Amino acid sequence: MRVMVMVKATRNSEAGLMPGEELQAAMGQFNQELVRAGILLAGEGLQPSSQGKRVRFSGGKRLVIEGPFAQTQELVAGYWVWQVKSMQEALEWVRRCPEPIPGEDAEIEIRPVFHAEDFVKAPAPGSQHR
Amino acid sequence: MGETPTRETIEAVWRIESARLLGGLVRVVRDLSLAEDLAQEALLTALERWPHTGVPNNPGAWLMATAKNRAIDQLRRRRMLDRTHGSIQSDAATGTSTDRPEIEMDIDEDVDDELLRLVLIACHPVLSKEARVALTLRLLGGLTTDEIARAFLVPETTIAQRIVRAKRTLAEARVPFEIPRGEDLADRLPSVFEVIYLIFNEGYAATRGEDWMRMELCEEALRLGRILAERVPDNAEVHGLVALMELHSSRARARIGPSGEPILLLDQDRSRWDQLLVHRGLAALVRAEALASPLGPYALQAAIAACHAQARTADETDWKRIVALYDALVQTTQSPLVELNRAVAVSMAFGPAAALELIDALIDEPALRQYHLLPSVRGDLLSKLGRVDEAHKEFGRAAAMAQNVRERELLLARAKACAGETGGA
Repeated sequence: MRVMVMVKATRNSEAGLMPGEELQAAMGQFNQELVRAGILLAGEGLQPSSQGKRVRFSGGKRLVIEGPFAQTQELVAGYWVWQVKSMQEALEWVRRCPEPIPGEDAEIEIRPVFHAEDFVKAPAPGSQHR
Repeated sequence: MGETPTRETIEAVWRIESARLLGGLVRVVRDLSLAEDLAQEALLTALERWPHTGVPNNPGAWLMATAKNRAIDQLRRRRMLDRTHGSIQSDAATGTSTDRPEIEMDIDEDVDDELLRLVLIACHPVLSKEARVALTLRLLGGLTTDEIARAFLVPETTIAQRIVRAKRTLAEARVPFEIPRGEDLADRLPSVFEVIYLIFNEGYAATRGEDWMRMELCEEALRLGRILAERVPDNAEVHGLVALMELHSSRARARIGPSGEPILLLDQDRSRWDQLLVHRGLAALVRAEALASPLGPYALQAAIAACHAQARTADETDWKRIVALYDALVQTTQSPLVELNRAVAVSMAFGPAAALELIDALIDEPALRQYHLLPSVRGDLLSKLGRVDEAHKEFGRAAAMAQNVRERELLLARAKACAGETGGA
Protein backbone atom coordinates (compact mmCIF):
# COMPACT_ATOMS: atom_id res chain seq x y z
CA MET A 1 0.00 0.00 0.00
CA ARG A 2 0.97 3.56 -0.60
CA VAL A 3 0.77 6.03 2.25
CA MET A 4 1.29 9.73 2.58
CA VAL A 5 3.17 10.59 5.74
CA MET A 6 2.72 14.19 6.78
CA VAL A 7 4.78 16.12 9.28
CA LYS A 8 2.37 18.58 10.83
CA ALA A 9 3.35 22.20 11.21
CA THR A 10 4.43 23.82 14.46
CA ARG A 11 4.95 27.39 15.57
CA ASN A 12 8.62 27.16 14.57
CA SER A 13 7.97 25.60 11.17
CA GLU A 14 5.33 28.24 10.48
CA ALA A 15 7.82 30.92 11.51
CA GLY A 16 10.11 29.60 8.79
CA LEU A 17 12.85 28.47 11.18
CA MET A 18 15.07 26.00 9.37
CA PRO A 19 16.04 22.80 11.17
CA GLY A 20 19.48 22.87 12.78
CA GLU A 21 22.46 20.99 11.39
CA GLU A 22 22.01 18.11 13.78
CA LEU A 23 18.40 17.53 12.80
CA GLN A 24 19.21 17.90 9.12
CA ALA A 25 21.86 15.23 9.46
CA ALA A 26 19.53 12.94 11.40
CA MET A 27 16.74 13.44 8.86
CA GLY A 28 19.19 12.86 6.03
CA GLN A 29 20.16 9.56 7.58
CA PHE A 30 16.54 8.57 8.13
CA ASN A 31 15.72 9.38 4.51
CA GLN A 32 18.69 7.32 3.42
CA GLU A 33 17.37 4.37 5.42
CA LEU A 34 13.98 4.73 3.75
CA VAL A 35 15.62 4.75 0.33
CA ARG A 36 17.76 1.74 1.15
CA ALA A 37 14.70 -0.12 2.36
CA GLY A 38 13.09 0.57 -1.02
CA ILE A 39 10.01 2.29 0.42
CA LEU A 40 10.56 6.01 -0.19
CA LEU A 41 8.82 7.17 -3.36
CA ALA A 42 8.81 10.92 -2.83
CA GLY A 43 9.10 13.56 -0.17
CA GLU A 44 9.51 17.29 0.28
CA GLY A 45 9.52 19.94 2.95
CA LEU A 46 6.96 22.71 2.55
CA GLN A 47 7.47 26.42 3.05
CA PRO A 48 5.40 28.06 5.79
CA SER A 49 1.75 28.73 5.05
CA SER A 50 2.56 32.45 4.82
CA GLN A 51 3.87 31.54 1.34
CA GLY A 52 0.71 29.61 0.50
CA LYS A 53 -2.66 30.43 -0.91
CA ARG A 54 -6.03 28.76 -0.62
CA VAL A 55 -8.89 28.75 -3.05
CA ARG A 56 -12.32 28.40 -1.49
CA PHE A 57 -15.01 26.88 -3.69
CA SER A 58 -18.36 28.18 -2.58
CA GLY A 59 -21.65 28.61 -4.39
CA GLY A 60 -19.99 28.40 -7.81
CA LYS A 61 -17.46 31.09 -6.85
CA ARG A 62 -13.76 30.75 -6.28
CA LEU A 63 -12.35 32.90 -3.54
CA VAL A 64 -8.59 33.23 -3.07
CA ILE A 65 -7.40 33.37 0.53
CA GLU A 66 -3.87 34.52 1.30
CA GLY A 67 -1.66 32.71 3.84
CA PRO A 68 -0.68 32.42 6.63
CA PHE A 69 -3.46 30.17 7.86
CA ALA A 70 -4.73 29.64 11.35
CA GLN A 71 -4.80 26.34 13.26
CA THR A 72 -1.13 25.65 12.88
CA GLN A 73 -1.38 22.05 14.07
CA GLU A 74 -3.68 21.23 11.13
CA LEU A 75 -1.17 22.47 8.56
CA VAL A 76 1.43 20.33 6.83
CA ALA A 77 5.13 21.20 7.03
CA GLY A 78 6.44 18.33 4.94
CA TYR A 79 5.48 14.97 3.53
CA TRP A 80 6.71 11.65 2.27
CA VAL A 81 5.08 9.10 0.02
CA TRP A 82 5.97 5.57 1.02
CA GLN A 83 5.25 2.16 -0.43
CA VAL A 84 4.76 -0.20 2.48
CA LYS A 85 3.13 -3.56 3.15
CA SER A 86 0.82 -2.38 5.90
CA MET A 87 -0.18 0.53 8.10
CA GLN A 88 1.76 -1.22 10.87
CA GLU A 89 4.92 -1.08 8.82
CA ALA A 90 4.40 2.63 8.14
CA LEU A 91 3.86 3.19 11.86
CA GLU A 92 7.03 1.34 12.67
CA TRP A 93 9.01 3.53 10.27
CA VAL A 94 7.47 6.69 11.73
CA ARG A 95 8.56 5.53 15.18
CA ARG A 96 12.11 5.49 13.88
CA CYS A 97 11.91 9.04 12.57
CA PRO A 98 14.01 11.55 14.49
CA GLU A 99 11.96 14.12 16.41
CA PRO A 100 10.93 16.24 13.45
CA ILE A 101 11.02 19.57 15.27
CA PRO A 102 13.31 19.60 18.32
CA GLY A 103 12.17 21.39 21.43
CA GLU A 104 8.58 21.43 20.27
CA ASP A 105 5.76 18.93 20.31
CA ALA A 106 5.19 17.68 16.80
CA GLU A 107 2.92 15.21 15.07
CA ILE A 108 3.26 12.96 12.08
CA GLU A 109 0.11 11.73 10.37
CA ILE A 110 -0.11 8.64 8.15
CA ARG A 111 -2.85 8.42 5.55
CA PRO A 112 -3.32 5.53 3.13
CA VAL A 113 -3.58 6.56 -0.51
CA PHE A 114 -6.56 5.25 -2.46
CA HIS A 115 -5.75 2.10 -4.35
CA ALA A 116 -6.56 1.48 -8.02
CA GLU A 117 -9.11 -1.13 -6.98
CA ASP A 118 -10.92 1.39 -4.80
CA PHE A 119 -11.80 3.27 -7.98
CA VAL A 120 -12.75 0.18 -9.90
CA LYS A 121 -15.30 -0.62 -7.20
CA ALA A 122 -16.68 2.90 -7.07
CA PRO A 123 -16.06 4.94 -10.21
CA ALA A 124 -15.66 8.64 -9.57
CA PRO A 125 -18.71 10.69 -10.50
CA GLY A 126 -18.39 12.08 -14.01
CA SER A 127 -15.56 9.68 -14.84
CA GLN A 128 -15.51 9.08 -18.57
CA HIS A 129 -13.36 6.04 -18.25
CA ARG A 130 -15.07 2.87 -19.29
CA MET B 1 6.66 4.58 22.54
CA GLY B 2 5.58 3.15 25.88
CA GLU B 3 2.41 1.39 24.73
CA THR B 4 2.20 -2.39 24.68
CA PRO B 5 3.19 -3.64 21.24
CA THR B 6 0.68 -5.88 19.55
CA ARG B 7 1.50 -8.90 17.50
CA GLU B 8 1.02 -6.78 14.35
CA THR B 9 3.58 -4.26 15.59
CA ILE B 10 6.12 -6.98 16.21
CA GLU B 11 5.43 -8.46 12.80
CA ALA B 12 5.96 -5.05 11.20
CA VAL B 13 9.31 -4.74 12.99
CA TRP B 14 10.08 -8.22 11.76
CA ARG B 15 9.30 -7.31 8.18
CA ILE B 16 11.71 -4.40 8.38
CA GLU B 17 14.49 -6.28 10.17
CA SER B 18 14.31 -9.92 9.13
CA ALA B 19 16.30 -9.85 5.89
CA ARG B 20 19.12 -7.83 7.41
CA LEU B 21 19.13 -10.09 10.45
CA LEU B 22 19.24 -13.19 8.30
CA GLY B 23 22.03 -11.80 6.12
CA GLY B 24 24.08 -11.02 9.22
CA LEU B 25 23.48 -14.43 10.75
CA VAL B 26 24.40 -16.23 7.55
CA ARG B 27 27.72 -14.43 7.58
CA VAL B 28 28.38 -15.48 11.16
CA VAL B 29 27.18 -19.09 11.17
CA ARG B 30 27.78 -19.85 7.46
CA ASP B 31 24.72 -22.04 7.21
CA LEU B 32 21.48 -20.79 5.73
CA SER B 33 19.15 -23.21 7.51
CA LEU B 34 20.81 -22.61 10.87
CA ALA B 35 20.63 -18.86 10.30
CA GLU B 36 16.93 -19.14 9.55
CA ASP B 37 16.32 -21.19 12.68
CA LEU B 38 18.21 -18.67 14.80
CA ALA B 39 16.27 -15.79 13.28
CA GLN B 40 12.99 -17.58 13.96
CA GLU B 41 13.99 -18.20 17.56
CA ALA B 42 14.82 -14.53 17.95
CA LEU B 43 11.38 -13.65 16.61
CA LEU B 44 9.72 -16.02 19.07
CA THR B 45 11.68 -14.48 21.91
CA ALA B 46 10.57 -11.03 20.79
CA LEU B 47 6.93 -12.13 20.60
CA GLU B 48 7.28 -13.44 24.14
CA ARG B 49 9.14 -10.51 25.71
CA TRP B 50 8.22 -7.32 23.88
CA PRO B 51 4.59 -7.32 25.04
CA HIS B 52 6.03 -6.85 28.56
CA THR B 53 9.12 -4.75 27.90
CA GLY B 54 7.95 -2.74 24.90
CA VAL B 55 9.80 -2.71 21.57
CA PRO B 56 13.46 -1.92 22.26
CA ASN B 57 14.87 1.31 20.87
CA ASN B 58 16.98 -0.51 18.36
CA PRO B 59 14.96 -3.63 17.61
CA GLY B 60 17.32 -4.75 14.82
CA ALA B 61 20.30 -4.82 17.17
CA TRP B 62 18.21 -6.54 19.86
CA LEU B 63 17.14 -9.31 17.48
CA MET B 64 20.71 -9.75 16.25
CA ALA B 65 22.12 -9.96 19.77
CA THR B 66 19.43 -12.45 20.79
CA ALA B 67 20.06 -14.65 17.77
CA LYS B 68 23.81 -14.52 18.26
CA ASN B 69 23.52 -15.53 21.90
CA ARG B 70 21.54 -18.52 20.75
CA ALA B 71 24.20 -19.31 18.19
CA ILE B 72 26.95 -19.13 20.80
CA ASP B 73 24.95 -21.35 23.17
CA GLN B 74 24.48 -23.91 20.44
CA LEU B 75 28.12 -23.85 19.49
CA ARG B 76 29.18 -24.31 23.09
CA ARG B 77 26.81 -27.20 23.47
CA ARG B 78 28.20 -28.78 20.33
CA ARG B 79 31.77 -28.31 21.57
CA MET B 80 30.85 -29.91 24.87
CA LEU B 81 29.50 -32.87 22.96
CA ASP B 82 32.64 -33.00 20.87
CA ARG B 83 34.72 -32.92 23.99
CA THR B 84 32.93 -35.90 25.47
CA HIS B 85 33.68 -37.64 22.20
CA GLY B 86 37.36 -37.16 22.66
CA SER B 87 38.18 -34.07 20.61
CA ILE B 88 39.50 -32.38 23.72
CA GLN B 89 43.09 -33.12 22.82
CA SER B 90 43.00 -31.31 19.56
CA ASP B 91 41.54 -28.24 21.27
CA ALA B 92 44.26 -28.32 23.86
CA ALA B 93 46.90 -28.82 21.21
CA THR B 94 45.88 -25.81 19.15
CA GLY B 95 45.23 -23.72 22.21
CA THR B 96 41.76 -22.62 21.10
CA SER B 97 39.56 -21.47 23.88
CA THR B 98 36.25 -23.28 23.81
CA ASP B 99 34.72 -20.65 26.02
CA ARG B 100 35.03 -17.88 23.47
CA PRO B 101 33.92 -19.29 20.16
CA GLU B 102 35.21 -17.45 17.11
CA ILE B 103 31.65 -16.45 16.33
CA GLU B 104 32.06 -13.28 18.33
CA MET B 105 35.03 -12.14 16.31
CA ASP B 106 33.44 -10.72 13.21
CA ILE B 107 30.18 -9.74 14.76
CA ASP B 108 29.79 -6.13 13.80
CA GLU B 109 31.95 -5.39 10.81
CA ASP B 110 30.20 -3.83 7.84
CA VAL B 111 26.63 -4.81 8.69
CA ASP B 112 25.44 -2.61 5.88
CA ASP B 113 25.63 -5.12 3.09
CA GLU B 114 23.61 -7.89 4.71
CA LEU B 115 20.77 -7.52 2.22
CA LEU B 116 23.13 -7.68 -0.73
CA ARG B 117 24.75 -10.80 0.73
CA LEU B 118 21.38 -12.44 1.15
CA VAL B 119 20.10 -11.65 -2.33
CA LEU B 120 23.32 -12.94 -3.89
CA ILE B 121 22.98 -16.21 -2.00
CA ALA B 122 19.28 -16.56 -2.84
CA CYS B 123 20.02 -15.90 -6.52
CA HIS B 124 23.18 -17.97 -6.75
CA PRO B 125 23.72 -19.36 -10.26
CA VAL B 126 23.99 -22.95 -8.97
CA LEU B 127 20.24 -22.77 -8.35
CA SER B 128 17.49 -23.19 -10.92
CA LYS B 129 15.44 -20.16 -11.85
CA GLU B 130 12.41 -21.45 -9.95
CA ALA B 131 14.51 -22.16 -6.87
CA ARG B 132 16.03 -18.69 -6.96
CA VAL B 133 12.62 -17.05 -7.22
CA ALA B 134 11.19 -19.04 -4.31
CA LEU B 135 14.23 -18.53 -2.10
CA THR B 136 14.38 -14.80 -2.83
CA LEU B 137 10.73 -14.27 -1.96
CA ARG B 138 11.16 -16.34 1.16
CA LEU B 139 14.40 -14.83 2.45
CA LEU B 140 14.07 -11.23 1.30
CA GLY B 141 10.36 -10.79 0.91
CA GLY B 142 9.57 -12.56 4.13
CA LEU B 143 6.79 -14.40 2.30
CA THR B 144 5.68 -17.73 3.70
CA THR B 145 5.80 -20.80 1.48
CA ASP B 146 2.01 -20.66 1.41
CA GLU B 147 2.04 -17.06 0.13
CA ILE B 148 4.65 -17.86 -2.52
CA ALA B 149 2.65 -20.89 -3.60
CA ARG B 150 -0.50 -18.83 -3.94
CA ALA B 151 1.32 -16.14 -5.90
CA PHE B 152 2.60 -18.70 -8.39
CA LEU B 153 -0.50 -20.90 -8.32
CA VAL B 154 1.38 -24.05 -7.43
CA PRO B 155 0.86 -26.37 -4.46
CA GLU B 156 2.52 -25.29 -1.23
CA THR B 157 4.48 -28.55 -1.04
CA THR B 158 6.10 -27.72 -4.39
CA ILE B 159 7.43 -24.43 -3.05
CA ALA B 160 8.48 -25.99 0.25
CA GLN B 161 10.41 -28.68 -1.63
CA ARG B 162 12.01 -26.11 -3.91
CA ILE B 163 13.26 -24.18 -0.91
CA VAL B 164 14.55 -27.24 0.93
CA ARG B 165 16.29 -28.47 -2.19
CA ALA B 166 17.76 -25.04 -2.89
CA LYS B 167 19.26 -24.86 0.59
CA ARG B 168 20.73 -28.31 0.18
CA THR B 169 22.21 -27.37 -3.19
CA LEU B 170 23.79 -24.26 -1.69
CA ALA B 171 25.27 -26.29 1.15
CA GLU B 172 26.56 -29.06 -1.13
CA ALA B 173 28.09 -26.57 -3.54
CA ARG B 174 29.77 -24.90 -0.55
CA VAL B 175 28.64 -21.55 -1.84
CA PRO B 176 30.77 -18.90 -0.15
CA PHE B 177 28.95 -16.37 2.01
CA GLU B 178 31.26 -13.47 1.24
CA ILE B 179 30.05 -10.74 -1.07
CA PRO B 180 32.12 -10.89 -4.24
CA ARG B 181 33.84 -7.66 -5.25
CA GLY B 182 34.37 -5.77 -8.47
CA GLU B 183 34.05 -7.83 -11.64
CA ASP B 184 33.00 -10.92 -9.69
CA LEU B 185 30.11 -9.01 -8.19
CA ALA B 186 29.10 -7.63 -11.59
CA ASP B 187 29.10 -11.19 -12.97
CA ARG B 188 26.66 -12.32 -10.30
CA LEU B 189 24.15 -9.51 -10.74
CA PRO B 190 22.41 -10.63 -13.97
CA SER B 191 21.22 -13.73 -12.14
CA VAL B 192 19.65 -11.44 -9.52
CA PHE B 193 18.12 -9.12 -12.13
CA GLU B 194 16.58 -12.10 -13.86
CA VAL B 195 14.89 -13.25 -10.66
CA ILE B 196 13.57 -9.80 -9.80
CA TYR B 197 12.20 -9.30 -13.29
CA LEU B 198 10.62 -12.76 -13.28
CA ILE B 199 8.83 -11.93 -10.04
CA PHE B 200 7.72 -8.63 -11.54
CA ASN B 201 6.41 -10.22 -14.71
CA GLU B 202 4.65 -12.99 -12.87
CA GLY B 203 2.71 -10.23 -11.16
CA TYR B 204 2.36 -7.92 -14.15
CA ALA B 205 1.14 -10.41 -16.71
CA ALA B 206 0.25 -13.43 -14.66
CA THR B 207 0.80 -16.32 -17.01
CA ARG B 208 -2.10 -18.33 -15.72
CA GLY B 209 -5.30 -17.96 -13.81
CA GLU B 210 -8.03 -15.42 -13.47
CA ASP B 211 -6.26 -12.29 -12.33
CA TRP B 212 -4.37 -10.55 -15.02
CA MET B 213 -2.20 -8.70 -12.59
CA ARG B 214 -1.07 -9.46 -9.11
CA MET B 215 0.18 -6.15 -7.95
CA GLU B 216 1.71 -7.48 -4.77
CA LEU B 217 4.33 -9.40 -6.69
CA CYS B 218 5.07 -6.32 -8.78
CA GLU B 219 5.48 -4.23 -5.66
CA GLU B 220 7.76 -6.78 -4.07
CA ALA B 221 9.92 -6.94 -7.21
CA LEU B 222 10.10 -3.16 -7.36
CA ARG B 223 11.08 -2.99 -3.71
CA LEU B 224 13.86 -5.53 -4.31
CA GLY B 225 15.02 -3.62 -7.37
CA ARG B 226 15.14 -0.33 -5.50
CA ILE B 227 17.01 -1.97 -2.61
CA LEU B 228 19.53 -3.49 -5.00
CA ALA B 229 20.01 -0.21 -6.89
CA GLU B 230 21.08 1.43 -3.63
CA ARG B 231 23.66 -1.27 -3.03
CA VAL B 232 25.25 -1.42 -6.47
CA PRO B 233 24.67 2.17 -7.60
CA ASP B 234 27.45 2.07 -10.20
CA ASN B 235 25.81 -0.72 -12.14
CA ALA B 236 23.93 0.64 -15.16
CA GLU B 237 21.58 -2.28 -15.62
CA VAL B 238 20.18 -2.22 -12.10
CA HIS B 239 18.89 1.27 -12.85
CA GLY B 240 17.65 0.08 -16.22
CA LEU B 241 15.74 -2.71 -14.49
CA VAL B 242 14.27 -0.36 -11.90
CA ALA B 243 13.32 2.13 -14.63
CA LEU B 244 11.60 -0.62 -16.59
CA MET B 245 9.59 -1.81 -13.59
CA GLU B 246 8.66 1.72 -12.47
CA LEU B 247 7.48 2.64 -15.97
CA HIS B 248 5.49 -0.55 -16.43
CA SER B 249 3.96 -0.19 -12.97
CA SER B 250 2.96 3.38 -13.79
CA ARG B 251 0.44 1.96 -16.26
CA ALA B 252 -0.95 -0.66 -13.89
CA ARG B 253 -4.24 1.01 -13.05
CA ALA B 254 -4.91 1.94 -16.68
CA ARG B 255 -4.41 -1.56 -18.00
CA ILE B 256 -7.42 -3.17 -16.41
CA GLY B 257 -11.00 -2.28 -17.18
CA PRO B 258 -13.83 -2.18 -14.63
CA SER B 259 -14.67 -5.84 -15.04
CA GLY B 260 -11.04 -6.95 -14.93
CA GLU B 261 -10.46 -7.11 -18.68
CA PRO B 262 -7.06 -6.04 -20.04
CA ILE B 263 -6.82 -2.71 -21.87
CA LEU B 264 -4.06 -2.54 -24.47
CA LEU B 265 -1.38 0.12 -24.20
CA LEU B 266 -2.60 2.29 -27.06
CA ASP B 267 -6.20 2.20 -25.81
CA GLN B 268 -5.31 3.19 -22.26
CA ASP B 269 -6.49 6.41 -20.65
CA ARG B 270 -3.13 8.07 -20.15
CA SER B 271 -4.45 10.39 -17.48
CA ARG B 272 -4.63 7.31 -15.29
CA TRP B 273 -0.94 6.55 -15.59
CA ASP B 274 0.79 7.05 -12.27
CA GLN B 275 2.91 10.14 -12.82
CA LEU B 276 4.93 9.59 -9.64
CA LEU B 277 6.13 6.25 -10.99
CA VAL B 278 6.64 7.71 -14.47
CA HIS B 279 8.97 10.33 -13.01
CA ARG B 280 10.80 7.76 -10.93
CA GLY B 281 11.18 5.54 -13.97
CA LEU B 282 12.51 8.33 -16.16
CA ALA B 283 14.95 9.37 -13.41
CA ALA B 284 16.22 5.80 -13.06
CA LEU B 285 16.64 5.62 -16.85
CA VAL B 286 18.73 8.80 -16.79
CA ARG B 287 20.98 7.16 -14.19
CA ALA B 288 21.29 4.04 -16.38
CA GLU B 289 22.09 6.10 -19.48
CA ALA B 290 24.75 8.08 -17.60
CA LEU B 291 26.52 4.85 -16.63
CA ALA B 292 26.11 2.67 -19.71
CA SER B 293 27.33 2.78 -23.23
CA PRO B 294 25.85 1.02 -24.97
CA LEU B 295 22.61 0.43 -23.06
CA GLY B 296 21.97 -3.08 -21.76
CA PRO B 297 18.75 -5.02 -22.37
CA TYR B 298 16.88 -3.71 -19.30
CA ALA B 299 17.77 -0.09 -20.01
CA LEU B 300 16.79 -0.52 -23.67
CA GLN B 301 13.40 -1.90 -22.69
CA ALA B 302 13.04 0.93 -20.20
CA ALA B 303 13.89 3.41 -22.95
CA ILE B 304 11.10 1.92 -25.06
CA ALA B 305 8.70 2.18 -22.15
CA ALA B 306 9.85 5.77 -21.68
CA CYS B 307 8.86 6.59 -25.27
CA HIS B 308 5.32 5.58 -24.39
CA ALA B 309 5.40 7.34 -21.04
CA GLN B 310 6.45 10.60 -22.68
CA ALA B 311 3.87 10.56 -25.47
CA ARG B 312 0.87 12.58 -24.36
CA THR B 313 -1.41 10.67 -26.72
CA ALA B 314 -0.98 7.33 -28.46
CA ASP B 315 -0.72 9.19 -31.79
CA GLU B 316 2.28 11.16 -30.54
CA THR B 317 4.33 8.02 -29.91
CA ASP B 318 7.76 8.18 -31.52
CA TRP B 319 7.56 4.79 -33.23
CA LYS B 320 10.70 5.33 -35.30
CA ARG B 321 12.72 5.75 -32.14
CA ILE B 322 11.06 2.68 -30.68
CA VAL B 323 11.99 0.66 -33.77
CA ALA B 324 15.60 1.86 -33.42
CA LEU B 325 15.64 0.82 -29.75
CA TYR B 326 14.24 -2.58 -30.71
CA ASP B 327 16.98 -2.92 -33.32
CA ALA B 328 19.54 -2.51 -30.54
CA LEU B 329 17.59 -4.87 -28.29
CA VAL B 330 17.41 -7.59 -30.96
CA GLN B 331 21.20 -7.34 -31.24
CA THR B 332 21.81 -7.82 -27.51
CA THR B 333 19.13 -10.43 -26.76
CA GLN B 334 18.79 -12.39 -30.02
CA SER B 335 15.33 -13.28 -28.77
CA PRO B 336 12.50 -14.14 -31.18
CA LEU B 337 10.11 -12.61 -28.66
CA VAL B 338 11.89 -9.28 -29.01
CA GLU B 339 11.71 -9.63 -32.79
CA LEU B 340 7.98 -10.11 -32.46
CA ASN B 341 7.70 -6.89 -30.47
CA ARG B 342 9.93 -5.14 -32.95
CA ALA B 343 7.56 -6.18 -35.73
CA VAL B 344 4.70 -4.52 -33.85
CA ALA B 345 6.72 -1.30 -33.62
CA VAL B 346 7.55 -1.55 -37.33
CA SER B 347 3.86 -1.80 -38.15
CA MET B 348 3.24 1.41 -36.23
CA ALA B 349 6.18 3.23 -37.78
CA PHE B 350 6.07 1.91 -41.35
CA GLY B 351 2.71 0.20 -41.80
CA PRO B 352 1.24 -3.32 -41.40
CA ALA B 353 2.58 -4.72 -44.68
CA ALA B 354 6.22 -4.25 -43.66
CA ALA B 355 5.49 -5.80 -40.28
CA LEU B 356 3.64 -8.79 -41.69
CA GLU B 357 6.74 -9.78 -43.63
CA LEU B 358 8.75 -9.78 -40.39
CA ILE B 359 6.09 -11.79 -38.57
CA ASP B 360 5.87 -14.38 -41.32
CA ALA B 361 9.61 -14.91 -40.98
CA LEU B 362 9.02 -15.78 -37.31
CA ILE B 363 6.30 -18.38 -37.81
CA ASP B 364 8.67 -21.35 -37.76
CA GLU B 365 10.52 -20.06 -34.72
CA PRO B 366 10.32 -22.95 -32.19
CA ALA B 367 10.32 -20.56 -29.21
CA LEU B 368 7.15 -18.91 -30.48
CA ARG B 369 5.24 -21.98 -31.65
CA GLN B 370 3.03 -22.09 -28.55
CA TYR B 371 3.01 -18.35 -27.96
CA HIS B 372 -0.45 -16.83 -28.36
CA LEU B 373 0.83 -13.33 -29.14
CA LEU B 374 2.28 -14.43 -32.49
CA PRO B 375 -1.11 -15.27 -34.05
CA SER B 376 -2.61 -12.38 -32.12
CA VAL B 377 -0.23 -9.86 -33.68
CA ARG B 378 -0.56 -11.51 -37.06
CA GLY B 379 -4.34 -11.29 -36.78
CA ASP B 380 -4.08 -7.63 -35.94
CA LEU B 381 -1.89 -6.89 -38.96
CA LEU B 382 -4.13 -8.89 -41.28
CA SER B 383 -7.20 -7.07 -40.07
CA LYS B 384 -5.48 -3.73 -40.67
CA LEU B 385 -4.71 -4.89 -44.19
CA GLY B 386 -8.40 -5.72 -44.67
CA ARG B 387 -7.78 -9.50 -44.80
CA VAL B 388 -10.47 -10.14 -42.19
CA ASP B 389 -11.05 -13.83 -42.92
CA GLU B 390 -7.45 -14.67 -42.25
CA ALA B 391 -7.46 -12.32 -39.25
CA HIS B 392 -10.47 -14.13 -37.80
CA LYS B 393 -8.63 -17.43 -38.01
CA GLU B 394 -5.50 -16.04 -36.38
CA PHE B 395 -7.41 -14.54 -33.45
CA GLY B 396 -9.17 -17.86 -32.97
CA ARG B 397 -5.83 -19.67 -32.87
CA ALA B 398 -4.44 -17.10 -30.46
CA ALA B 399 -7.43 -17.50 -28.13
CA ALA B 400 -6.97 -21.26 -28.10
CA MET B 401 -3.33 -20.82 -27.03
CA ALA B 402 -3.84 -18.11 -24.40
CA GLN B 403 -3.65 -19.42 -20.84
CA ASN B 404 -4.97 -16.34 -19.13
CA VAL B 405 -8.77 -16.24 -19.01
CA ARG B 406 -9.00 -12.48 -19.47
CA GLU B 407 -6.66 -12.44 -22.43
CA ARG B 408 -8.57 -15.30 -24.05
CA GLU B 409 -11.81 -13.36 -23.77
CA LEU B 410 -10.21 -10.34 -25.42
CA LEU B 411 -8.92 -12.45 -28.31
CA LEU B 412 -12.28 -14.17 -28.81
CA ALA B 413 -13.92 -10.77 -28.94
CA ARG B 414 -11.52 -9.67 -31.65
CA ALA B 415 -12.12 -12.86 -33.61
CA LYS B 416 -15.83 -12.23 -33.37
CA ALA B 417 -15.41 -8.63 -34.53
CA CYS B 418 -13.61 -9.88 -37.66
CA ALA B 419 -16.42 -12.32 -38.35
CA GLY B 420 -18.85 -9.43 -37.95
CA GLU B 421 -16.99 -7.41 -40.56
CA THR B 422 -17.12 -10.15 -43.17
CA GLY B 423 -20.79 -10.72 -42.48
CA GLY B 424 -21.60 -7.04 -42.72
CA ALA B 425 -19.52 -6.29 -45.80
